[in-house]
Amino acid sequence: MFSSLADKLQNTLRQLRGKGKLNEKDVDAALREIRLALLEADVNFKVVKDFIGAIRERVVGQEVMSSLTPGHQVVKIVNEEMTSLMGGKQSSLIHSGKGPTKILIIGLQGSGKTTTAVKLAAHLRRSDRRSLLVAADTYRPGAIQQLQVLSESIGEQTYSNSNAAPVDICREGLQLATRDGFDAVIFDTAGRLHIDDEMMAELAAIKKTIDPDEVLLVVDAMTGQDAVNAASSFNEAIGLSGVILTKLDGDSRGGAALSVRAVTGCPIKFSGIGEKVEALEPFHPDRMASRILGMGDVLSLIEKVEAVVDKSKARELEQKLRKQQFTLDDFRDQLTQLRSMGSLEEILNMIPGGGNIPKEVKQMSLNENNFKRVEAIIGSMTKNERQEPSLLNSSRRRRIATGSGATVPDVNRLLNQFAQMQKMFKQVGSPETKAQFKKLKKVKKGFPF
Amino acid sequence: MSLVHQFRSSLARSKTGFIGNLEKLFGSGALSEEFYDELEETLIAGDVGLQTSLKLVGQLKEEVGRLKLKESSEVRNLLLQMLIDLVYSGEAAVEITEQPHVILLVGVNGSGKTTSAAKLANLFCKQGKKVLLVAGDTFRAAAVEQLEIWSERAGVDLIKQQSGSDPSALFFDAINAAQARSVDIVIGDTAGRLHNKYNLMEELNKIYRVIGRNMAGAPHEVLLVIDATTGQNAVNQARSFNETLPLTGLILAKLDGTARGGIVIGIQDALKIPVRYVGTGEKIEDLIPFNAADFVHALLET
Repeated sequence: MFSSLADKLQNTLRQLRGKGKLNEKDVDAALREIRLALLEADVNFKVVKDFIGAIRERVVGQEVMSSLTPGHQVVKIVNEEMTSLMGGKQSSLIHSGKGPTKILIIGLQGSGKTTTAVKLAAHLRRSDRRSLLVAADTYRPGAIQQLQVLSESIGEQTYSNSNAAPVDICREGLQLATRDGFDAVIFDTAGRLHIDDEMMAELAAIKKTIDPDEVLLVVDAMTGQDAVNAASSFNEAIGLSGVILTKLDGDSRGGAALSVRAVTGCPIKFSGIGEKVEALEPFHPDRMASRILGMGDVLSLIEKVEAVVDKSKARELEQKLRKQQFTLDDFRDQLTQLRSMGSLEEILNMIPGGGNIPKEVKQMSLNENNFKRVEAIIGSMTKNERQEPSLLNSSRRRRIATGSGATVPDVNRLLNQFAQMQKMFKQVGSPETKAQFKKLKKVKKGFPF
Repeated sequence: MSLVHQFRSSLARSKTGFIGNLEKLFGSGALSEEFYDELEETLIAGDVGLQTSLKLVGQLKEEVGRLKLKESSEVRNLLLQMLIDLVYSGEAAVEITEQPHVILLVGVNGSGKTTSAAKLANLFCKQGKKVLLVAGDTFRAAAVEQLEIWSERAGVDLIKQQSGSDPSALFFDAINAAQARSVDIVIGDTAGRLHNKYNLMEELNKIYRVIGRNMAGAPHEVLLVIDATTGQNAVNQARSFNETLPLTGLILAKLDGTARGGIVIGIQDALKIPVRYVGTGEKIEDLIPFNAADFVHALLET
């Protein structure tokens, strides 16, 4: 359940068992481990210093709670402190009282502004708000087309004028959005360096012209120590209302989130979690804290499972399991549900320590083609065979193998696996398993430190 | 303008650099713990990474003791030399040995592959080589158009297919075309992909295999493009890409900001993949062969 940091802290604080309070020396050892974890996660070293200072104050002299081991208690405090530093709760978009909500998207080159602009439009669309996307990046070749193509894919309108200056494009775009009664207008600007005075002045002029409700800085989650420089420069020169963290579907620990939040004080409003236009979700400070500390993202995983598991089907399945009527049809349903959670890799990466699973193991279990083969094999069976696998004699197995493009050993292996699963499920109804399920549910409410 | 000068001008506003501060830290002649702490902090701030930084500081301490160094200039030179030794690995620029010499650019989303491909094409074109660009990013919207505009600016040929088509097939055709047209250098752009996405990495491996099947020994160079602002994750990137297709070098893009790209030291330390080029701006000529000495000076001068 606990990852390397918690394990290390556990080791460091082992001698603490039986002591009543955490003393300064014990705490220092623990804080060294935390500093290490934070620096490895790319939290800026100055931010780390301040943060460790704050933690020390809270931890020294704390009673060691009887319910927790000292290591877990320190992790809990660190987690809480970090969550509150990152804004505690989710922060949503500001909406304009009258006229279209004006959202200005800014950031360094390659951080993901254009993709994010379209993702935001898709997000607003889900609550029936229509956006006009304004392409104000006249510098990068193909940038305007990129916004147009992506916007078209979600059926939203764009405005641009490749012969005009970005400030004028934005003004015209705003006029159009106001005239045509759009709910929101999203301005996609060119990527720029925070030390490029001319480009920063342009951005300031755009801001002055359109008077945006939101100025959102797009930050790549993989950013290192420099995140503080870029974020504070943009904040000082332009003034931010929020941050969007992109490429969180990678395996970076995302310490930049903490750095950016610490130096700008602006809430992180969304996170980008994939290449598809719908891959944008509200930012969860608590989950980010766990991720930075290297403890995985169990909560997102559980949420994902809940999102795809059809409740009524689950109940039906439970009934079937009780009566020991789990068939190959059900098996296929299960596989489909598992796949609709996203790639298996994504899921593995959310499990604490999942990022450390050896590559060979991942490849073996993650090969999506295996799934497809299993689905094909089951699909080649008749309805009767799926209900009653014992019908499958060697001639039928041969037919299924040919029909699904697999081999007879493939079919045999699948049937063996299925038989094992059936055996396993017979135990599901037992009292011990039920108790374990209850435990899992508790995890969702908070880490059982 | 050398890299160091570019850095000096871009970092004019930052506080006195570590090297500049070295005299003061030297104090009464003996190196203080403060000196080593400050060095460690400087390296970490430059994204060198904690482990590598600690290792470097430890080695410096040892050497200073062994050589009984007393002068600040001696320690300064030793430190610079240690860092240079770590990142220097011979001639940085790509050496052209085959015809066509096939160079493939890979990397995560937004690292700067397309721009780097155009800059490389321009660089070789200026050297009088016949270059063919391959718009291998068939996934991202308008990526083909982006490279097309660049190819016109550089005045080089471009091979493309419709957005959404199979990049492996495109590269297969591109090698044929390059051979037919007696092209010297083929530069292939690829779609950005996060290194933890199994299917996308498999796609990249397929591109690699298809190129090799069409021309033995190709691609001759596989360059990973890394954004200089990237933190410790860049080591994971390099490791995963290197497992998918053997990397021959790095392009460190966007080094004209305040990020110092120290992560390449960590990559060199762990994987021995040399930096070949450095991106220093948005213009097509803003790509220079990596210079270890300039890089190390810039790393410590902030």
